[in-house]
Amino acid sequence: MQHVTEEQLVHYRYGDVEEADRRVIDEHLRACASCRESLGVLEGVLAAVDAVPVPERGERYSEEVWQRLAPRLAARPQAPRTSGWAAIFRPAEWLRVRPWAVAGVMAALVVAAFLLGRFWPRPPAQVARSPQGAQTPAPAAVRDRILLVAVGDHLERSQMVLVELENARGTGPVDISAERDRAEDLVAANRLYRQTAARAGEAGVANVLDELERVLVEVAHSPSEISPAQLEELRHRIEAQGILFKVRIIDSQVKQRERTSAEKAGRGDT
Amino acid sequence: MGGSDREAVAGARAGDTEAFRTLVDRYSHKVFRLGYRMTSNEHDAEDVVQETFLRAYRALDQFESRADFGTWIFRIAANAALDLMRKRQRHEESRSPLDPGGSEDSPELPSADPTPERLMFSAEVSDKVSRALAGLSAVERTAFVLRHYEGMSIEEIGGVLELKESATKNTIFRAVQKLRRELAPFVSCQEAQ
Repeated sequence: MQHVTEEQLVHYRYGDVEEADRRVIDEHLRACASCRESLGVLEGVLAAVDAVPVPERGERYSEEVWQRLAPRLAARPQAPRTSGWAAIFRPAEWLRVRPWAVAGVMAALVVAAFLLGRFWPRPPAQVARSPQGAQTPAPAAVRDRILLVAVGDHLERSQMVLVELENARGTGPVDISAERDRAEDLVAANRLYRQTAARAGEAGVANVLDELERVLVEVAHSPSEISPAQLEELRHRIEAQGILFKVRIIDSQVKQRERTSAEKAGRGDT
Repeated sequence: MGGSDREAVAGARAGDTEAFRTLVDRYSHKVFRLGYRMTSNEHDAEDVVQETFLRAYRALDQFESRADFGTWIFRIAANAALDLMRKRQRHEESRSPLDPGGSEDSPELPSADPTPERLMFSAEVSDKVSRALAGLSAVERTAFVLRHYEGMSIEEIGGVLELKESATKNTIFRAVQKLRRELAPFVSCQEAQ
């Protein structure tokens, strides 16, 4: 008799199996005390998880949330323009088509924005004014922030993959399919950022992105399951290069620049 | 999506902050619960609530009116909590979900009462479960919380985590597998007592 695997049991329990598979598992569970016991243990574990209380919030909680939130709500941002950068930069449409393609499309925009910022002189800052008299940032400053946010986002996603791999554990084959999929999506964007940084003379950034890309490529080309020895080798490579630390440093610098840019925009500076 | 959510979103888009307040009233408790489940910390959960509604307000123009607002706000909340957990990971803050000394961050624990129901909610049980949840990676924890507590679909969770279906299912399985390994011996002992 072929027993239900632990993975099948978990997906069965959550109803995430095809109808035909569900019937097969149902039938097996009727006949197999061992698998029924396994399911019972799983249910017991999940019941224990459910039993941990969540702190109650009072009846006035939503009011309290609003009191803190309201002062932070600025005037509604203007609706996206239908031409120029805004026409291209509409995440909702990308997410509807293929969420994981966002990274690649954004990377292409970043390349264009980066090149424009580096090789064409910017016009003097032109600060627009909303009907209420508040200043709004010039288009070039907005492009810079978009660029910095995009790069920062890419670095954060890359860090996630590296941290996940560093924390992965297992005595048997280790499933890294999630990390592999994400690495695959990150490679193309990283390549564009690296090339752009190199052309712009940002050798330090380009070198870090080059090292990161090698690791991402290796992960992207790995099988979905690797042995503990292979995992250890991969982890050792990440640690030996200090790649995670270097990526964090660059990420920190990018975020600082993004904050500075946002502050300047808020003051109406260029 | 209910008609009232749609109307509130339309009003908020037009600049009616009271319309947005309606949405805050409607979803703040749920978002707090999600934030707490993911961070195991009341202060962090409060930050998640604030950040979620701020992001939602700024992104209202990107919300498709035929979509479900609840799902959309949970997606934002999950990402906000994920960002917070990542930041915590990067700064290597060690925050114990349960402080045995009873800090203000700890959930309240019931008094010692020997009934089986009270034992279930004992400090030891909560501690075991919280440690097991803390042992999950941020991605695993997000996937588990969204699937187990919020009942979001594999596709929806994949959208939040930007994973394909197979990777999402695998992440959920890994999370449950880890929890099972940590808690199964303890659950069995509890049943035997």
